[in-house]
Amino acid sequence: MATDAISESGAKSDFWQGVRLSMPVVVASAPFAVLFGALAVDNGFSVFEAFLMSALVFGGASQMVGIQLFGQHVAPWLIVLSIFAVNFRHVLYSAGIGRRIAHWPIIEQALGYFILTDPQFAVAEARAQSGQTVGFAWYLGLGLPVYVFWVIESALGAVFGKLIPDTHALGIDFLLPIYFLGLVLGFRKRPLWLPVVIASAAASIIAYKTVGSPWHVSIGAIAGVLLAVILPPHHSGVKAQP
Amino acid sequence: MSTTFWIIIAGAIATYLTRIGGHLVISRFENIHPRVEAGLNAVPAAVLTTLVAPELLNAGPAEWAALVVTAVVSLRGGLMSMFLAGAAVLILARQFVG
Repeated sequence: MATDAISESGAKSDFWQGVRLSMPVVVASAPFAVLFGALAVDNGFSVFEAFLMSALVFGGASQMVGIQLFGQHVAPWLIVLSIFAVNFRHVLYSAGIGRRIAHWPIIEQALGYFILTDPQFAVAEARAQSGQTVGFAWYLGLGLPVYVFWVIESALGAVFGKLIPDTHALGIDFLLPIYFLGLVLGFRKRPLWLPVVIASAAASIIAYKTVGSPWHVSIGAIAGVLLAVILPPHHSGVKAQP
Repeated sequence: MSTTFWIIIAGAIATYLTRIGGHLVISRFENIHPRVEAGLNAVPAAVLTTLVAPELLNAGPAEWAALVVTAVVSLRGGLMSMFLAGAAVLILARQFVG
């Protein structure tokens, strides 16, 4: 009983530790949730449909692309394919985080993958790298507030969207790049960090100019990952297998 | 149900497949080859970089100032202080240079 109580309070404090880390994400994503709701209604979605898309897809960039195409009356299959393309980077996150959460019960894993967003992956991966276990309570504390606020703010944006003031002056369009830059820099102690960043940056910019968005994300990411794969493993701090 | 509804459902399924797919593929292998492990370790820097780099093409003085301050603060501070510092510089700078 005593140990139960201890592990329960441990899980509780883990949860709140995750919640604390989720706050920058909640702040940075709030304007996009509201903007998404407003644009969704603008492009012919009902308030309920805007809410539903945020609740089920839970991927900001892909939702924006989805409603944009919907507003232009693009064929439904092409809209779904575009959402898939924008979200394709999650395949890499999924492969990476699987090693960290394989000890969870299967239901918790299934839920964990559902809330696997860019910041969720980056912050969880950073925790694993620092030698701490990625527990379900902590992971949920990190992801749940982001999800709940995302869904509520999307619905609010859909209802009150027309009231948004000057988004440019408030810097809303550039908040996420700032946040992502901070995340990238947070990994700077990793072996091969600089070569990977340079390869991914160069490839994504070239792809952005030539192939176009959203493919620059997958192309740039694959360039950085390939570099780490091609170089001899000791460069990456990974022990060679006997 | 409307077409919109089915687009949302299909988009949600496609998204979930990307979020669980990488794990399902990787978990089929018993041992992870060192090169694959090296590749997986490179994922955060590689993917997150692609979300920032193209933004630099359109960045003006206000955006650059914000990114530089973010980078400097991130060397010392935590994620929250770095984010708030970058956002504050951005909003302030945009009042002057638009």
